[in-house]
Amino acid sequence: MSESLHVALGRRYHFAASHRLHTTKLSEEENSRVFGKCNNPYGHGHNYTLEVRFSGPVDPATGMIANLAELDTFVNERVIEPFDHYSLQDDVPAFRELVPTTENLCAEVFKRLKSFPAAKLEAVRIEETSNNSFEYEGN
Amino acid sequence: MVYLTRKLEFSASHLYHNPALSAEENRRVFGKCNNPHGHGHNYTLEVTIAGEPDPVTGMVLDLKELKEILDREITQRMDHRFLNYEVAELKNQIPTCENVARVIWNLLEAKIPQGHLHRVRLYESADLFADCYRSGAKGTAG
Repeated sequence: MSESLHVALGRRYHFAASHRLHTTKLSEEENSRVFGKCNNPYGHGHNYTLEVRFSGPVDPATGMIANLAELDTFVNERVIEPFDHYSLQDDVPAFRELVPTTENLCAEVFKRLKSFPAAKLEAVRIEETSNNSFEYEGN
Repeated sequence: MVYLTRKLEFSASHLYHNPALSAEENRRVFGKCNNPHGHGHNYTLEVTIAGEPDPVTGMVLDLKELKEILDREITQRMDHRFLNYEVAELKNQIPTCENVARVIWNLLEAKIPQGHLHRVRLYESADLFADCYRSGAKGTAG
């Protein structure tokens, strides 16, 4: 095969947060109909698993695409610390207007991580529970 | 196109050390992974084959055959081995997840008799893995 070989690094992180699916664009009845239990007024929480994949050349001196300690610091500062043990719609400015579904969460995380200097962000995948996961490639 | 994924586990030890760097630099770059006697992991390997099912057997590739190839090429070579010292393909390379995944890709790609190798994903732990794939395939399974 003539296509070149790519190597990507995948890393998983964990955070716990609460959210409530609710939009001011709909009436109370419509919110309740559309979002069901997820619209309960005081919100509820999840243990989220965040998976990020970065691609790039493997440095022959280290055998690595990116230094893991640098990646962990970057992700912790930009995503884990501001999200972990917070209420997404109350404590994360992006979700004051936007419904904090995991689809929207993937896009917000992608935006926060795409400037990682050492490698290219390929995808963000978030498991809201072990039964639901969402993936976003930035387009 | 159908994507078939087979999983296997192996346990191996390794350490990260680049002889071109000083002892201090090795420590700084590799941290605990530079401990001189090495350490081990339970690796999980996922091998994905892409292809069209054979109209007679309904299979992309006979799983028994894939299992034998994986056993011969990967398990026998890497399971319960010290990757730095006992796997010739990793000689002079740091046995990071990225490099081990690439070695596994290179060992397998030409040996797949039906369909083609689509992706190799190697987990060093539940929270760290490396993917190998040809351009256009991305890291997705399908």
